[in-house]
Parts: sequence; structure tokens; C-alpha cells
Amino acid sequence: MRALSLHLAVLALLLALHFVLPAYHHANLARIMVLAVFAMGYNIAFGYTGLLSLGHALFLSAGMFGAGLLIQHFGLTAAPALLIGTLAGAAMAALTGLLALRTAGVSLMIVTLMFAQAGYLTLLYFGAVTGGDEGFPVPAAGRVAFGLNLAAEGPRYLVALGLFALALMGNLALVRSRFGRVMVAMRENEERSRMLGYNPFAVKLGVMVLSGLYAGAAGAFYGVMFGYVGATFATIPYSILPLLYVLLGGAGVTLGPLLGAVLMFYLIDLASSHTTAQLAVTGGALLVLVLFAPKGILGSLRERGLASWLP
Amino acid sequence: MAAVLALSAVGLSLTFGVMRVVNVAHGEFFMLGAVLAWVVVQAVPSAPLGFVAALILCPLVVGAVAALADTAILKRLNYDPEATIVATIGISYILQQGALSFFGPDARAVEAPFSLRLQFPWFGYSGYKLFVVIAAGLVLLAVWLFMTRSRAGLVMRATQVDRNTARAFGINVDRVYAGTFALGAALAAVAAVLIVPIQQAHYLMGHDPLLLSFIVVIIGGLGSIRGTLIAALLIGLSDGIISMFFTPTLAKIVATLAVALVLVFRPQGLFGARA
Amino acid sequence: MASVILQAEGLKRHFGGLKAVDGVDLALNAGEIHALIGPNGAGKTTLVSLLSGRQVPDAGAIRFDGTDITRLPAHERVRRGIGYTFQITAIYAGLSVFDNLALAVQRGHTRDLSRAVTEAAARVGLEDLLPQIAGTLSYGHQRLLEIGMGLALHPRLLILDEPTQGFAAGEIEGFMALVRGLVPATTVLLIEHNMDVVMALAERITVLDQGRVLASGLPAEIRANRAVQDAYLGGSHAGD
Ligand SMILES: Nc1ncnc2c1ncn2[C@@H]1O[C@H](COP(=O)(O)OP(=O)(O)OP(=O)(O)O)[C@@H](O)[C@H]1O
Ligand SMILES: [Mg+2]
Repeated sequence: MRALSLHLAVLALLLALHFVLPAYHHANLARIMVLAVFAMGYNIAFGYTGLLSLGHALFLSAGMFGAGLLIQHFGLTAAPALLIGTLAGAAMAALTGLLALRTAGVSLMIVTLMFAQAGYLTLLYFGAVTGGDEGFPVPAAGRVAFGLNLAAEGPRYLVALGLFALALMGNLALVRSRFGRVMVAMRENEERSRMLGYNPFAVKLGVMVLSGLYAGAAGAFYGVMFGYVGATFATIPYSILPLLYVLLGGAGVTLGPLLGAVLMFYLIDLASSHTTAQLAVTGGALLVLVLFAPKGILGSLRERGLASWLP
Repeated sequence: MAAVLALSAVGLSLTFGVMRVVNVAHGEFFMLGAVLAWVVVQAVPSAPLGFVAALILCPLVVGAVAALADTAILKRLNYDPEATIVATIGISYILQQGALSFFGPDARAVEAPFSLRLQFPWFGYSGYKLFVVIAAGLVLLAVWLFMTRSRAGLVMRATQVDRNTARAFGINVDRVYAGTFALGAALAAVAAVLIVPIQQAHYLMGHDPLLLSFIVVIIGGLGSIRGTLIAALLIGLSDGIISMFFTPTLAKIVATLAVALVLVFRPQGLFGARA
Repeated sequence: MASVILQAEGLKRHFGGLKAVDGVDLALNAGEIHALIGPNGAGKTTLVSLLSGRQVPDAGAIRFDGTDITRLPAHERVRRGIGYTFQITAIYAGLSVFDNLALAVQRGHTRDLSRAVTEAAARVGLEDLLPQIAGTLSYGHQRLLEIGMGLALHPRLLILDEPTQGFAAGEIEGFMALVRGLVPATTVLLIEHNMDVVMALAERITVLDQGRVLASGLPAEIRANRAVQDAYLGGSHAGD
């Protein structure tokens, strides 16, 4: 009950901010919410199930290019393109998972990294279609969904909030479900779970697909809402990004990705307006987190018993 | 190229073999070596002398940076495999930032210490490239002898087999780890110094060597130095052959996927049956 | 003659030169309590690992309830009714007692999960500790939880690997009553070092030594067997 109220309160706060935030922060928050959906997908795999992937940029860009290319080359409208893009993320995750989940731990990290890198190179290779490093702007006609112009500030924020709300409540329901319990069981002790009759590979594959679904949705919406699709989103830094958000906010906590995304976004924003040291900020944050707060902000709170009910 | 690749890859293999640490910052140590080489060569007026100075100084500096990173960061993580990967990613970002801030975003060329051109009857060959191959070969040989013959090498191999037993025998495991990490990074730096006259120094240049080194190490079997050498030679040679058939991008795609699949289906590497 | 629920033939598992299990035949009758005994390192844990699918045999075949399961993965065997409790306690230390049991209980697609979990906890006397984090339980309670998870699977064959290790004397009585209550609905294969427990519970006993079956039969036969006395029971039981 407490958890549900907290989640609803967070969503209400985000809605209230829509009416009061100045334009600059309003636009930022729309971006952050979509990126938080990406990180939520990452959290499902990493935070809850213990699958440390370094290749989630692949699923993000699958969603982004899935939607973007359909609009650009086949003149699809936004709604079906967004749906197909989202599914493309899940499909890519399924494909990756089928191969990569035969490994675990460090090997899983390297294999996912390699797959994502191959995906990035593939985008470059087909530069004639994908725009390569330059990318391409999404045509205005393809940025209207259900009569809402996603290029305009107001509707964009509300659509981002809608997507975020759906993702967050889905996430909450998932981790409270029986399957959510099995996910955590895999993270805690895979061998034990097998001896309770759970097929680790099947569970992890399911988790990967869900995670890819989130990442694909984030990619598709990000591309269509902000009007740009590019191969940069397939590079390694975009695989590190959700890891960073989740580590900062708290792995295995539903609200961790949002908190991490907000803080990290503004930290980098702050750093880059005063210095040119964004890279150092990212690197430094990673180091500080692994060294001193591997559970992240909300994770540490939960552990100290201050909010042991956080899902 | 194969020779330089082997150097860099052996460095990576060493850290993984002895410490079980996958060093994502390895490419950045390589980059640091190249960038420092440029700095040293600029500071020393005479070209050959500057190059020699770089060849000595850069590995030392890079090794020192690595040793520092090891004691300050990796040791505190107790070498937990996944945490160290995240940490080395962090280190790589910081090194990139350092190079970007102090060195700038432009690529800088370093002149070769000599420009001799060997003229064979059927093709010409740059004397410097030949020198690189020989130099890299010598360094590799030295590493090999060091690992197999010297006391320090023995200590390192003992630590590789069992950390706790090694500690029980009075080996200072912390020092071994710091030393190994430094040596691995220094090898990358040597490779970088050798390569700068052929390729330019740039703050993002660590990326490709890292990927290539990963490929070599994985194909050779993680931690097996002999396997790494064979793999480096094979890849270096086949690199030329593949790129005759494919564009460079396609060649990279094929290579990356191939490596990922090797890791999935043959985790012990193609040659690493007995590491 | 009761029907055979599990039949193993010629099972082998070698670790390099070490023959941990070296050609073992074993038949379990449906509904019996069958004890597996033998000195430390005899290969008991390895043998049941082969039966439960945690390890793959180098040779031999296993039939469960009439079908060949030799190649089935462990989780599939659990689904068919082979439950297993670990010798080294393997509970989810970071999760609550409730979640630990729920993971076993929910396999049965129970409607009212919390009631079923409470029942499962009550069987091993942990119903008052449901919210506690499992890793913070006393060792004896952790062992009970381990057994409780095995029971909650409602297996047709339950393999218990040294369940009473770490129990206080009083707890052993309760445990024996619990196991007696399982049969004949469940068949029990019990690895046990405590001979009092073995003699009180087992209907049949198989003795393993150096990876081979030394003897197999009724408790009285095993007690009288010279080879067993020499290899395992030692001088203290020789006078019986
Ligand atoms: N994975 C393994 N690799 C190598 N040797 C093993 C392995 N597992 C077991 N062994 C060896 O096989 C032999 C049998 O071990 P096992 O654990 O089956 O004995 P046990 O009868 O269960 O002993 P205990 O009564 O101590 O539990 C032992 O010598 C053990 O050291
Ligand atoms: Mg045992």
C-alpha cells in the first residue's frame, strides 16, 4: 500500500511539474523520463535478475531505428512506428539473449558489449539507409500520433509522462508478481533456483526480452519525440548510461532509475556548463559508486532499514 | 600490425590471467602511451633521441598510473570481477578526459625516428615498420623469458594459480597485482609508442586497440599467453587478407561477431584448451 | 514386491583419476525410506547429484517412474517430482523466509499463496519466522528451511543430503516424525551419518564405499554384514 501510494505520488508530482517548470527544465524532464524508461529496462535485467549487460545500446537503437527507418523510408505514421520500434527492441534482445545467455558474469558482459559494437558497426555499414554517424532527422509528418504533435513541447511532455507511468507501474507489478520473485531468486542463487524446478535460461531469456521491450520503447519514443535518429545511440557510452543511472539511483529498486537519471542528467549538465569535463564526471561517478555506494541511493536507504518496504 | 597487436594483447592477457581482471581501460593505457610519446618527442629536440626517450619514459609513466589505479581502486573492490569492470570503465572515461583536457581533441603525428626504405626486388617496405616488428618481437621475447624464467615471473604464476596459497607462502599478493597491472599497461604503452609514427595520437584512439586486443585475447583463450601470441599473428595476418575482400567496416563486424560467438561456444578460446 | 519408482544402472562419475561414483546400481521402491550411508568421501553426494541432474553421469542410465531421465536437465527432473535438499545449506540468504518458501510453493500454481506458504512453514516449525531474512536465522533454522523448501515442492521422491547435520538432539525427534509422515505418499532417499536416525527410519539401506555399492538390504542385514562393519561401522558396532 505504502509503495503504491509512493509511486502514484511520484507520478502526480511529475504531472504537476508539467504546469510549473520553466521551459528549459520542462524539456529536460521529458528527455529524462524517456531515458529513465531505458534505465528501468536495464534495472529489470541488472538490478533484479543480476544480468550485467554492457550492450543495451543495441536494444535502444533497435527501437530508435526500427521506428525511425519505417517513418523515413516507408512513410509510416508515428503510432505504428512506435509500436514496431518497441517490439524491435524486444526482438533484438531475444536474439542477443539466445546466444549471450549461454554465458554468465564477465563473459556475459563482454559478449553483450561485442554484440552491441557489431550492431553499431552494422548501422555504419548501411550508412546509405541509416544515415551512418550523421543520422537523420525524423520527418515532421511522422511525429504525430493520435492527433498529438510530439514535436510540440506540451504534448511531448505528457506523452513522455504517459510512457513513463506505464513503464513504472508495469515494473512495479512485475517485481511484485511471482515471476518477479523468480527473477530475484536467479540473482541470489541460480543453482538453488534450478533445484526448485526453474529453468534459469528460460527465466533469464524472458527477462532479457522484457528489458529489451523497455529499451526499445525508450529508443522509439526518444527518436520520434526529439526528431533525431543516429548511430551515436548505438555506441558503448549509451550502454554504460543506464548502468550509471541504475547504480546511482539504486539497483533493484523501482524508483532507482528515475532518481539516477535525474541526478546524473543534471550533474553532467552542470559540469558541461562550467567545464568541458563531462567524461571525467561520468567516470568519476562510476568510480565513486562502485567504491563507496554499490547499492545506490535508494538501495542504501532500503538497506539501512529506513525504507525497507521499497519494492 | 600483428606484432603491435600482440604486445597490447599480451598486456591484457597478463592482467586477466594473473588477476582475473578484465581491464576495459586497457585501450586508454594504450592511448596514454601514444599521447605521452607525442609530448616527449616534442620536448626532446633530436628526433631519434626523443623517440628513444619516449620508448623508455612512456611505459614507466603509464605503468605508474596503472599501479596507482590498482592500489587506489581495484584493490578496494577486492577484485570482484564485475565491479572491477565497472571501475575500469570509469578509469577509461577519466583517462580520456585527461588526454582531452591536456592534449586537445586533435590528432597529432609523431615522426618516425628514421626513414629508411628497404627496396626489395618486387616491393618496397618501410624500414620503420620492419623495426617495429623486430622491436615488438624482442619485447615479447623478454616478457616470455620474464614469465617463465625469472623469480618474479614464478611468483606471478603462483599467484595466478591460487591467490590464497600464494599469500600463505609469504608472497605479497598486493604488490604482485599492482606490478602485473602496471606491466600489462606498460606493454600497451610500448605498443603505442611504436605505433605512433604509423598512426596518429588521439584521445579516442584507445577504442580500436582495445577491441582488437579483446579479440586476440578471447580467441587465444583468456589468460593464455601462448594462445594470445598465436591469435595475434593469425589476426594480424588475416587482417590484411580479410580487408582485401571486405570493406574495413564489414571486416570489423565479422571479426566482432566471430569473437562473441567464440566466447559463447568455446569459452576456453580456440587455442586455450590448456592455458 | 512394491513397484520401483527410481532405478539407476551402472552410474559412473569420475573426476580425473578419482572414481567418485564407479558403477552404481540402485533401485528405490515407491513409498519407502531408503538410507544411503558410507564414510566421508564415499561418493554419496555425487551419486545423488547424478540422480537429481546436478551432474551428468559419464556412463549409466536412470529411470524415474518408467521413463528414462538420464539426459533431462535438473529443473525438468524437479518438475517431474524429484525434490532435492542440499548438504551445504543453499537457501536464499538475502530473502525472507516467506519468499524462500514461496519460491518452492508457487511451483504448484497455488491460488492462495500466503496460506500455502504458512502451511509449508508450519511443517518445519518456522511459521513464526516468516518475515525474517533467511541469512539471519540460526544454523538449525536454516537447515529446517532448506528441508521445508524441499517438502514444499511436494515431490514424489525427496532426496535429503545429511539433513540432521547441525540439529540439536530435540530437533532430531521432530525431524524423524516429519519424515515418517511423508511416506508412503513420498519416497525418501536419505543420506545420513547419524546411525541412530538411519536405524530408526530406514526400511532399506545401501552402503557406498569408494564409489561402489558395498552392500544393500534390510537394516538387520546391513548391521550383520562383515564387510560393512570393517569398512564403515568400525569396531564399535562389531559386537552387535
Ligand atoms: N566437483 C568435484 N571435483 C573433483 N572431485 C570431487 C568433486 N566432487 C566430489 N569430488 C570428490 O569425490 C569424492 C566423493 O565426494 P562426495 O561429496 O560425493 O562424498 P560424500 O560421500 O558425499 O562425502 P561426505 O560424507 O563428506 O558428504 C570425494 O573424494 C570428493 O573429494
Ligand atoms: Mg556429501
